[in-house]
Amino acid sequence: MTKMTGAQAIIKCLQEEGVSTIFGFPGGAVIDLYDELLDSDIKHVLVRHEQGAVHAADGWARATGEVGVALLTSGPGATNGVTAIATAYMDSIPIVVLTGQVPTALIGNDAFQEVDIVGITRPCTKHNYLVNDPKDLVPTLREAFYLASTGRPGPVLIDLPKDVVASMVNFNKKKKIKMQTYQPHYDPHPGQVEKACKAIMAAKRPVLYIGGGVILSNAHRELTELAQKLNVPVTMTLMGLGGFPGTDPLSLGMLGMHGSYASNMAVAKSDLLIAVGARFDDRVTGRLDAFAPHAKIIHIDIDPTSISKNVKVDIPIVADCRSALRGMNAWFDNCDTFDPTASKKKHAPWLNEVNEWQEKHPLAYRDNGDVIKPQYVVQMINELTGGDAIITTEVGQNQMWAAQFYKFNEPRHLLTSGGLGTMGYGLPAAIGAKMAFPDKTVIDIAGDGSIQMNIQELATARQWGAKVKVAILNNNYLGMVRQWQELFYNRRYSATPMEITPDFVELARAYGAVGLRARTKDEVVPVIREALETDNVVIMDFAIEREEGVFPMVPAGKATTEMLLV
Amino acid sequence: MKHTLSVLLQNKPGALSRVTGLFSGRGFNIESLCVAETLDPKISCLTLVTRGEEQIIEQITKQLHKLIDVIKVSDISEGEFVEREMVLIRVKAEAATRAEVLRIIDIFRGKVVDVSPSSYAVEITGPESKIMAVIDILRPIGIKEIIRTGTIAMARAPKK
Ligand SMILES: Cc1ncc(C[n+]2csc(CCOP(=O)(O)OP(=O)(O)O)c2C)c(N)n1
Ligand SMILES: [Mg+2]
Repeated sequence: MTKMTGAQAIIKCLQEEGVSTIFGFPGGAVIDLYDELLDSDIKHVLVRHEQGAVHAADGWARATGEVGVALLTSGPGATNGVTAIATAYMDSIPIVVLTGQVPTALIGNDAFQEVDIVGITRPCTKHNYLVNDPKDLVPTLREAFYLASTGRPGPVLIDLPKDVVASMVNFNKKKKIKMQTYQPHYDPHPGQVEKACKAIMAAKRPVLYIGGGVILSNAHRELTELAQKLNVPVTMTLMGLGGFPGTDPLSLGMLGMHGSYASNMAVAKSDLLIAVGARFDDRVTGRLDAFAPHAKIIHIDIDPTSISKNVKVDIPIVADCRSALRGMNAWFDNCDTFDPTASKKKHAPWLNEVNEWQEKHPLAYRDNGDVIKPQYVVQMINELTGGDAIITTEVGQNQMWAAQFYKFNEPRHLLTSGGLGTMGYGLPAAIGAKMAFPDKTVIDIAGDGSIQMNIQELATARQWGAKVKVAILNNNYLGMVRQWQELFYNRRYSATPMEITPDFVELARAYGAVGLRARTKDEVVPVIREALETDNVVIMDFAIEREEGVFPMVPAGKATTEMLLV
Repeated sequence: MKHTLSVLLQNKPGALSRVTGLFSGRGFNIESLCVAETLDPKISCLTLVTRGEEQIIEQITKQLHKLIDVIKVSDISEGEFVEREMVLIRVKAEAATRAEVLRIIDIFRGKVVDVSPSSYAVEITGPESKIMAVIDILRPIGIKEIIRTGTIAMARAPKK
C-alpha cells in the first residue's frame, strides 16, 4: 500500500485501466489533477468545448471498444458535458467522465461554480458517484471502469470534490471487482438457445434484425457465421451497420424510417424475426401493431429491460450477443438434423422474394445534370476510401445518406448518434477516433447546420494533429426538418433556411486547415481525392441539391410498409 | 392491477432518488412509498405500491433491478403477504359526537393519541382496506386532518 495524493491516485487508476489518452478542459476545481497530468505519460487532448471532450471520448470508445475518458471542471464545465453524456447513454457507449466539484465543505452552499452534476446526470448515466471520502476514491474509480465496460455498457460519471483530490489516499493493489448489486448475465440459457434454434429450423421466412449490441459485444463474426450458415437475410439498425458486411448479398441494409424497401418488406412478411442486440426503437418499428405482424420473435439482449419493452417477445435470450450467437452456431454445428445445404435450399424462395424487392426498389436517387446529389457524394467517398474509412456523422439528412450509401463492411466504422440524435456529434467524435487510429482515414459526413454546433473543435483537431476530413453536404437548410415541413407542413419552411452560413472554405483556412469546395458534380471526385491526399485537417464543402429528400421514408406513426419512395 | 413491490437497496445518499427518478422519468406511477433501514444499517427496505398492466409491472421490476444501488426486487403481491399501514386522523369530537367517535375507534382497535376540547387525534393500523373503511365512517363526523404512512408489506412464510 502506498500513500499519495488523490490526484496521483486518479492518474494511477487511469494507467491501471490502460488509458493512454483523455479529453478535457481545465478549471479551478480540477487544477490539481491537471498539475499532476503534466508529469504523467497520459496524453491530455485539450478541446475547445466540454461537449467536444465527451463526444471525443465517446468516439474513441466506439472506434476502439475501450473505455473513453473525459475530464471536465465543475459547474459550467460539467453541464456543458451533459448532452454528450446523454448521447453516450442512449447508445450504450462505455465512457468515464470525471468532473471537478467544489470542496466538500462547500457542497450545498451554492458555492462558485457548484452544480449538482450527480443529480443532473442521474437519468443519463449508467451510474454516477460523488466521492465524499478520500478513502473511497480509488475503489470508486475502479468500479466506474468496471461498470462502464461490462454488461450493457454506458457512461459513468465521477464527481470529485477539490479537497478529496488534494488529500492523501492509500493506493492498494487492484483486486477482481465483485459487486453484490450488479452481476451482468453473459451466458445464454441453453434451453432458450435450443428453443431459438428450433424455431429457426422451422421458419420459412426468417430475418435477422441486428442492432448496436452486435457491435458492442464484438459479435460480428459470430453473426456473419450464423447468417451465412443458415442463409438468412440480415437487416440492420443505424447502430448495427457494420455488424454484418454491407456488401454481402444477404445484407438488406438499414430498416425503419429511412430503411431500404427490401428491409421493411422482409420484416413485414417474415415469419421469424431474430433480433440481436437491438431494442425495437420507434424509428425502427413505425406503427407497433403493424411491425412484423406475422413473425414469431426471438430477442437476444444483455439487458433484460430491453426485452418485451415495446414488442412482445416469444423467445427471449438474456445474454451477451456474442455468447448467445456462439451458442447458436454450436447448436447447429452439432445438430444431426441440420443440413446447411438443405437450409439454403429451403430459404431459396424467401430469398428470391427478398431479392425481387431489392431489385424493384433499390436505394436510389434521381440525377439532375450538373447538380451535386448528396447520395453521389457519399457513394464517391465510399469508393475512394475503399469502404474502409471510419465515418462519423452529424444528424439529419447527412446522417441518413451516410447510413444508406456508405457500405460498412466492418464494425466500429460508423460512429453516429443514433438514440439521442445529437447535432454536433460528428466532428469531435471523429477527432476521438482519429486520436485512436492516426493511420486511418476518418471522415465526418456533416450537414451545414450540425457542423456549426461544434465547429470550434477544428482547433482541437489542428492542435493535436488529428487530420480528420469533414464532408459538408451543404444544402443551406436544416434539411431534415425542412423535409418534414415539405411533406407534412405544406412546405412552410419555418426556421429551417440557414440564411447566414459561414464560408466554410475560408473558415477552414482561419483554423489553419484546408478548405475545398465542389459546386458541380464533376468537381466531387477531385475534391474528395485532394482531401484524402492532403496531410491536414480538411473541410470539403459540397453545394448539394438544396431540396433533396431522404427516401424511402416511413412517415412517423405509419406502418413501415407505408414507405414514400423516390 | 395493484402491485406491492419490496425493494432492498443500498442505504446511500441518492439511492432513493434513483428509484423515484426512475418512476417519474418513465411515467410509472407510485401510489405509496415507505423506506427505512433494515437490520443491516447499510441496506434500506422500500415498500412501493404501484398500479399497472402486467407488462408495465414487469418493466418496473426489471428497471428497478437494473439500478446499481438496488439489491433485490420482489413483487410480494404475487404470493401471500401481510400489509399494514398506519394513519393518524384528527377528527371533530364535540359534545354530541365524542362518544360516537370513541365507539368507532374501538371497533377498529384504534387508539386516541391526542385530545382537545373539540377533537381527537386517533391512530389506526391495518391493511389499506381497513384504513379506507375508517376514513369513510369518520368522514361524516368531520375529519380535520389526516396523515398516512403508506403501506409496508411482508411476504408470509411458507406453511409447511
Ligand atoms: C442538438 C440538436 N438540435 C436540434 C435537432 C433537430 N434536428 C434534427 S436534424 C436537424 C437539421 C440538421 O441540419 P443539417 O446539419 O444542415 O443537416 P441536413 O439535414 O441538412 O443534412 C435538426 C435541427 C437535433 N437533432 N439536435
Ligand atoms: Mg443542411
